[in-house]
Amino acid sequence: MIEIKNISKSYKEVKALDNISLNIEEGRLFGLIGPDGAGKTTLFRILTTLLIPNRGTATLMNLDTVTDYKKIRRQIGYMPGRFSLYTDLSVQENLEFFAKVFNTTIESNFEMIRDIYVLLEPFKKRKARDLSGGMKQKLALCCALIHKPKILFLDEPTFGVDPVSRKEFWDNLKKLQKTDNITTVVSTPYMDEAALCNEVALIQKGKILAVDTPGNISKRFTHKLFEIKTNNNYKALLLLRKMDGINSAFMFGNSIHLTLNNSKKVTQLSTELTANSFKFSIKNIEPNIEDTFMELMQKE
Amino acid sequence: MRTFLAFIKKEFKHIFRDKRTLLILFGMPIVQVLLFGFAITTEIKDGKMAVLDLAKNRMSQQYISKITSSGYFILEENLKNYSQIEKSFKRGTIKIALVIPEKFAENLGNNNSSIVQVIADASDPNMANMLTSYLSGISNSFAIENRLVPKIPIKIESKMLYNTENKSVFMFVPGVMTIILMLVSAMMTSITVAREKEIGTMEILLVSPLKPAIIIIGKVLPYLVLSLINAFTILMLGFLVFGMPMEGSRILLFLEILLFIVTSLSLGILISTIAQTQQTAMMMSLMGLMLPTILLSGFIFPIESMPRILQILSNVIPAKWFIIIIKSIMLKGVGIRVVWKETLILTGTSLLFILMTIKKFKIRME
Repeated sequence: MIEIKNISKSYKEVKALDNISLNIEEGRLFGLIGPDGAGKTTLFRILTTLLIPNRGTATLMNLDTVTDYKKIRRQIGYMPGRFSLYTDLSVQENLEFFAKVFNTTIESNFEMIRDIYVLLEPFKKRKARDLSGGMKQKLALCCALIHKPKILFLDEPTFGVDPVSRKEFWDNLKKLQKTDNITTVVSTPYMDEAALCNEVALIQKGKILAVDTPGNISKRFTHKLFEIKTNNNYKALLLLRKMDGINSAFMFGNSIHLTLNNSKKVTQLSTELTANSFKFSIKNIEPNIEDTFMELMQKE
Repeated sequence: MRTFLAFIKKEFKHIFRDKRTLLILFGMPIVQVLLFGFAITTEIKDGKMAVLDLAKNRMSQQYISKITSSGYFILEENLKNYSQIEKSFKRGTIKIALVIPEKFAENLGNNNSSIVQVIADASDPNMANMLTSYLSGISNSFAIENRLVPKIPIKIESKMLYNTENKSVFMFVPGVMTIILMLVSAMMTSITVAREKEIGTMEILLVSPLKPAIIIIGKVLPYLVLSLINAFTILMLGFLVFGMPMEGSRILLFLEILLFIVTSLSLGILISTIAQTQQTAMMMSLMGLMLPTILLSGFIFPIESMPRILQILSNVIPAKWFIIIIKSIMLKGVGIRVVWKETLILTGTSLLFILMTIKKFKIRME
């Protein structure tokens, strides 16, 4: 469905994308995972025909993003990183406008957006600027879906949205994928969302670190992972990073995720922490995508 | 077509829902015309005058009353000696002082001539010049009326053609109209396109199947309509409040206004292809368009008295040509045969701007 071959793109001195190749199959929910500035938005803009790459080619449904951009534009839905809605127009007016821009009507394609629209309906007369973040995001999704696109591009759609709305949003995406067989490419900085995709690509500094299913990505983790909880995580982290034999130590919410070099034993670590008068618990855990990502980033 | 209508409808909603835009669109023209028409005039009435009458006889009294009855002067003070003159000037109570010599009547009788002294406050040079020339005019007619001067070899009988009463408002109405049209058309359109770029909707519009031409025309058309309404309002104010004449063809006037609006709109769209944010769009329009338009179009400062380099520069200001056209049609009543050159220049400029826009408008992002 989407084929990206050796794409590079630079802005003046900054290299945004560096020789990227990807294949995304039809009907997939594909996640592009990476921190801010990794090149996610640039890749989206190239795929949505808004930017021309310096090198390499990209095809969508066998149409080239540079030469066949007109045909592509009719068949894709795009939700840019910011909620690109007309804030002075109401929910209804926004929808109607985007429907007409794509030469269709809300009614003719109501099935596809029904589930999302029912949530918006009570507010249909409200101006978009007065909607909550979650509502704005739902409206933007509706607007991107109004013309039954074959491929949907969502650039950080859940950024700045509350956890409940985020979950609802992903439920919607899953359902769209199942019922309408839409190919979706979604970028996110949240690792918990990555686990919900069929396939993810980890991207960092314009390079793809890994492409796989979320499950397989976690299996790429090469060390034994420990979770440590202490009475003062911050001080403990500083201490751990100075210790010998520690491979990596990162703060993860209210705990520290830690890997050891082969020479180091857990018992040694415990003794050292006790010697520094920390109260702590330590256990062996399964790595998740974020752990893998951190490890891959460290190798780079 | 349906898409196009939807676009236009959306554009009107943006305009009518934004109070600031509405204020600029409809409040400003009226305020500006009234302000320029009433407050800023180059005519002088009621110049404050002090008189030091050393003659104090019937002749000098007649002379003074002749001056004060003209309407141009108000007798503010009667002075007793020379030293009071400067005091009055310093106090700022008078703009001009007149000294009538002791032997005013005698001199007139004997030599047919007498010298009176006029002292003017030249801290405002324009006003000083005008007051003294008014005063000498009045003095001349006083002399003739009283047969003090038998015959003047050359008598100038002047007639102010096309603006008989020399009213400055006839200059300001076309000028204000030009500025407003420029502002509404160029600045407002460039801002609205920049706004779409800023809030990110431009990205969606570009990704949509909308043709660039539809986007541009859709952006421009509402402002074309509003500019026409504005031009109509300003003209009506000019006719009804200030008694502007309308000598020439109304259809020609309408077409010329339309042409100038198109010029300004194409300029606005051209700016918007360069400016990425509303703020840059506004600065570019204000600095790049408004200031030169006000200063170099001949609206306030006559082009003829500018330094040569500015005179040459003024030729690239579309407003200059438009003001010439408007004044020619409204005041002189001439037809297209006289203003064809200016019309051609405006048409050419518009075409140039439109061509540049088409070349510069990006179907992609940077």
